Amino acid sequence: MKALLLWFNTTGSPPNFERFTKRWIPVWFALAFLCLLIGTVGGLFLVPADSRQGEIFRIIYIHVPTAWMSLFVFMAMAVQAFIALIWRIKVCELLTIASAHIGMMFTAITLITGSIWGKPTWGTWWTWDPRLTSELVLLFIYLGIIGLYNAIEDRRTAGRAASFLVLIGLINVPIVHFSVTWWNTLHQGETIRLVGESKMATELMWPLILMTFATKFWFLGSVLQRARAMNLEHEAGKDWAKKLVGVEQ
Amino acid sequence: MSINQKLLPLFAAQCRRDLRLSLRRLGDIAQPILFAIMVITLFTIATSAEPKKLAELAPGIIWVAILLSGLLSLDSVYRSDFDDGSLEQMLMSPAPLALLIGARILVHWLSSVMPLVILTPLFAQMLFLPADLLAPLMLSLLVGTPLISLVGAVIAALTVGIRHSGMLLALLALPLYVPILVFGAGAVVAASQGLAWLGAISLLGAGLVIAIVLAPIAAAAAIKVSLT
Repeated sequence: MKALLLWFNTTGSPPNFERFTKRWIPVWFALAFLCLLIGTVGGLFLVPADSRQGEIFRIIYIHVPTAWMSLFVFMAMAVQAFIALIWRIKVCELLTIASAHIGMMFTAITLITGSIWGKPTWGTWWTWDPRLTSELVLLFIYLGIIGLYNAIEDRRTAGRAASFLVLIGLINVPIVHFSVTWWNTLHQGETIRLVGESKMATELMWPLILMTFATKFWFLGSVLQRARAMNLEHEAGKDWAKKLVGVEQ
Repeated sequence: MSINQKLLPLFAAQCRRDLRLSLRRLGDIAQPILFAIMVITLFTIATSAEPKKLAELAPGIIWVAILLSGLLSLDSVYRSDFDDGSLEQMLMSPAPLALLIGARILVHWLSSVMPLVILTPLFAQMLFLPADLLAPLMLSLLVGTPLISLVGAVIAALTVGIRHSGMLLALLALPLYVPILVFGAGAVVAASQGLAWLGAISLLGAGLVIAIVLAPIAAAAAIKVSLT
């Protein structure tokens, strides 16, 4: 525990965070691009079309990983927010806000790809199904976190208030997940299970797994990139930041 | 006297002070009522004046009207105390902040939301709600509306230092109100279809118990975040 805290505190200091992100961002983005490339080509061209849904099913290679990410990012964000509030580590506040932006995009992509898939399959762009509604509410919570952060002038207060809101919004995440079982309507139940036999054909699975990894790596890369930019912006007046970009003092 | 013996009189004193303050401004109590009546009137103008259609929509309209009206009055939970500096005094006082905030939340519900619950039979008449649905509606409102004040007070605490926070407050609070609305209005809809509706109200009640314990503590923590 002590070693972990020490690691957090040293990596969390702005100059060290700059060095840390500079080293790791290219690695995560490279991995993300590699997985994205193979996963997309595999999902769109190589695997056979689904016997019942036909070609339209291929959108799941984007829709399902981003849907998972919309929840996963919230969890990751909540962990960051928790650390930011308890140990008051500034970098974690930045990471929380950076995560909120990326999570919002993943949620938006999930909703858009979902309606594109829904039109030919269900015959409608949108239904007020509980899971769709909850995903929409999730988007609003992401937007609220970003809105609160932008509304407060003092950056530290804004970061802490937004982190607090993340923890409150966390109540919503289980509701999103369990709404499928609460009200079972038009939306189909879960197809892929981590435990037990999957209902999806095995030869269709591998691009999906790759895409899942791709979105995770993409999240890591872009969250660090965003936090790095915010970090530099906030520290722009400090000596180390000036030295970094070669400004004479 | 032990600290526990002091807490209850303190809570009562804080409630008395806040209640007296809001009773001195009776206009502020009337505003949410007028607002809710207006929203209901607008709904009938915008949708239809046909009793059968209105009766079908009535539980949802009444719930949304009360929810919005409670939302608009949320700003008053801390605004005057923040403006005249009493909130900072509460923050510095040795008494637990959560207790003082809890009194504030209770008074908000009593002065801004409860009058609406009492007037619900009137709203129900305006929208031709069948008489046998009035009991589920009243019960769902009685259990559900304190959650509006409790959850809203936590969000209002986060926005307390922001000028013109009205719209932001609504955008932050409404997503959290979704479950309250689902179970509150859902119970009445279930009752109208002859289904079991007490389960949804029990879930609301469970939420209420959790919120009574946690929301004042969370609101106090949020106040500390936004004032320091």
